[in-house]
Amino acid sequence: MGRAVSAARFKPGDRVLVKMEDRPGHIRTPWYVRGKRGWIERVHGEFRNPESLAYGGDGLPERPLYLVGFEQSQVWRKYGAARDKLFVDIYEHWLEPAK
Amino acid sequence: MSDAHEKVDAHEHPRHELGYYARRIYAIRDLLLEKKILTRGDIQEQIDYQEQRSPANGARIVARAWVDPAFKARLIADPKAACAEMGIDATSLNEFVVLENTDKVRHIVVCTLCSCYPRPILGRPPDWYKSLNYRSRAVSDPRGVMREFGQQVGADVEVRVHDSTADMRYLVLPQRPRGTERMSEAQLARLVTRDSLIGVVDALPASAARG
Repeated sequence: MGRAVSAARFKPGDRVLVKMEDRPGHIRTPWYVRGKRGWIERVHGEFRNPESLAYGGDGLPERPLYLVGFEQSQVWRKYGAARDKLFVDIYEHWLEPAK
Repeated sequence: MSDAHEKVDAHEHPRHELGYYARRIYAIRDLLLEKKILTRGDIQEQIDYQEQRSPANGARIVARAWVDPAFKARLIADPKAACAEMGIDATSLNEFVVLENTDKVRHIVVCTLCSCYPRPILGRPPDWYKSLNYRSRAVSDPRGVMREFGQQVGADVEVRVHDSTADMRYLVLPQRPRGTERMSEAQLARLVTRDSLIGVVDALPASAARG
């Protein structure tokens, strides 16, 4: 588990947008990055979906998980240090391609 | 709650002195025992397992990486295998990433959603790691948080926050302090604190290993 990456839709360097969705459940995508643009830093592999596992489901099919990078200055309006970065682990179904 | 549930083990506080969550967890434990889902032995075994893991494991890993560049390369390429080399069982971790601090880049780890932490290696996280204050400010003001821990970060250094929200666990590899060239691996390990493995501060200075 967590190794196969054949089904991954994105590759390192791809620009992505975190979906701005609001729904109840065990969501592992923090609010503060929803609607934010970043890039794929690394493909972690495929993992069971925690949104299903948390409620006794089997978490299948496994979902690709990515390390997504963000510029801190793009996430927080008042962030000072221009080069600082933020990295968040995000499942593929929370990402879409960004222009 | 029946009288049976109020019964207090010799080593526990009287229930009425405990807060809501502590009382609740003891009630759940008693129910699990009563329904024979768990035995006292199972619970003690798990407590012992939790307690035997400590930041000392992380310190050993870092000290080895400082003295052995080939080990450091393996640690970054395949952290679980490198842990196994040192007799540290990281197999219960889903995935594990080691983040190397350099002169130009430093890392800090947080879980904004709960308290995800590399427990199989470091044991239980400190209470502050689980606090709402740390969880919210480590992402929005990491430099301010580090300053409060006594760590100044230069403007020329890039700060990278890792929010471990999913299946990955992160361990920071702090920089080897200056003036430690002649130190043994065991002495070096004493400079590696839990907080330096989370990334809020550097490892201790060389002077801390003496005395």
